[in-house]
Amino acid sequence: MSIKAVDLTYTYGAGTAFEQRALRGVNFEIKDGEFVGLIGHTGSGKSTLIQHLNGLLKATGGDILYHGESIYQEGYNLRALRGKVGLVFQYPEYQLFETDVFSDVCFGPRNLGLSQEEIEKRARHALRLVGFPEKLYGKSPFELSGGQKRRVAIAGVLAMRPEMMILDEPTAGLDPKGRDEILGQIERLNRQHGLTILLVSHSMEDVARYVDRIMVMNHGELAFDGAPREVFRHYRELEAMGLAAPQITYIVQELRERGVPVDDSITTVKEAAAAILGLLGKGGGEET
Amino acid sequence: MIRDITIGQYYPADSPIHRLDPRTKLFGTLVYIVSLFFADNLWCYGAATLFLAAAVRISRVPFRFIVRGLKAVVFLLLISVSFNLFLTDGRVLWQAGFLKITDAGLRLALFMGLRLAYLVIGSSIMTLTTTPNQLADGLEKSLGFLNRARVPVHEISMMMSIALRFIPILVEETDKIMKAQMARGADFESGNVIRRAKSMIPILVPLFVSAFRRATDLAMAMEARCYRGGEGRTKMKPLQYERRDGFAYAVLLAYLAAVIALRLIW
Repeated sequence: MSIKAVDLTYTYGAGTAFEQRALRGVNFEIKDGEFVGLIGHTGSGKSTLIQHLNGLLKATGGDILYHGESIYQEGYNLRALRGKVGLVFQYPEYQLFETDVFSDVCFGPRNLGLSQEEIEKRARHALRLVGFPEKLYGKSPFELSGGQKRRVAIAGVLAMRPEMMILDEPTAGLDPKGRDEILGQIERLNRQHGLTILLVSHSMEDVARYVDRIMVMNHGELAFDGAPREVFRHYRELEAMGLAAPQITYIVQELRERGVPVDDSITTVKEAAAAILGLLGKGGGEET
Repeated sequence: MIRDITIGQYYPADSPIHRLDPRTKLFGTLVYIVSLFFADNLWCYGAATLFLAAAVRISRVPFRFIVRGLKAVVFLLLISVSFNLFLTDGRVLWQAGFLKITDAGLRLALFMGLRLAYLVIGSSIMTLTTTPNQLADGLEKSLGFLNRARVPVHEISMMMSIALRFIPILVEETDKIMKAQMARGADFESGNVIRRAKSMIPILVPLFVSAFRRATDLAMAMEARCYRGGEGRTKMKPLQYERRDGFAYAVLLAYLAAVIALRLIW
């Protein structure tokens, strides 16, 4: 059970003066339950790529296989697919339209043709999952704060009970506290509820802390695909792509260059602190 | 999806026509349209065709783009051509029931068709080679004399350029919102008229909200830069006629004279 991209190619405005190749032969597979980060500079093709995964854009070449079936085959139910592969766009709060929060969250499940009872059950559950306070269910979505609006929008997709969630920059424009809360909730969805997550971001720091695997897009191609520690080893290449490894990678590399034998697979501040304390003979790794 | 809309679309290229002063192009288009209505024989249309073909060639805009503008009026074109073709009195060439084709009808239909097609192509050359901002600038300067009649020319042209500037943004925004709602399982294609109209609500509400937000943001940004209307406002790049504009006007006058002469002689 997985979603798989095979030689995916997409060209914008084919045959006009504005022709632009956004994807050039992208291959990958995401297995059930994985937590994957998709990273790339602006214009690297990340947003184009994720719109293929639920069939909003049709590839000009290549194929998408969902659970082994091509989503481009004749008669494939794309609307059902969109219920399974939930896509949360950047600034999702701009898509809110209902008069109250609860009805807006009901929009997705209602489109799946469920019973009223089931719709409300799912909406309630989704709002609880994103930690939205119950007393605000009847409020107009336009009266909420930015962070709350974003939660409602994410709940709107979650309420369809997708098997996989794709989130495009879910923390853009939020303050650090809001950012940590949203990312923490996404992590819980993955760890506790087994939801497959594809998190799109340009911030290595955010992604390194949560994901099991990182895919790096550059000029419409998949440049790297692997565990964070493997990907960050290529920090020089990442820099050439206009990205940067987490700051801690630079400290570790600097230390190594000066002859301190720290492990170069460290990706978080916590690990680094443990390793350095260990080297200093304090053995205080667990205290941090 | 809906990015294919081509209202006032600018085609970026570096051609002598692109570099002309917008006023020259505005006036040229006007003269060309007048000349089309003045033309009444094949020779005149021959001159009009030559002039247009030369303009298209010099503008370096691919022919496909120019023809695309015609698609929008193809229906109108067909109607006016067939009305003229079948319903004009004259020497009958062909008849079936109440439909008849006469020599005068044939002539009128041909001229009407050419006139409409050239009108559209001529004005699309102007919009394809002039950015909306240049166009608004050109209009503002050309209509400046109306200021004395207390017409707020600057304000109107500013509104016009802002409106034009916002078209692609709103198109993109609509595209984005549509996709976001489709990702939530929305269906815009099936159902009867009422259901379809209802399915537009999830697009229209966010679109209006965002249009108002953008409008207030823009107003704020303009005020922050001390915008206070047209009075006493100077331009960084004031429109100035150059030599090539003089040359263009000379060609234009020669063309107009030719059309008048051709009409009077034949």
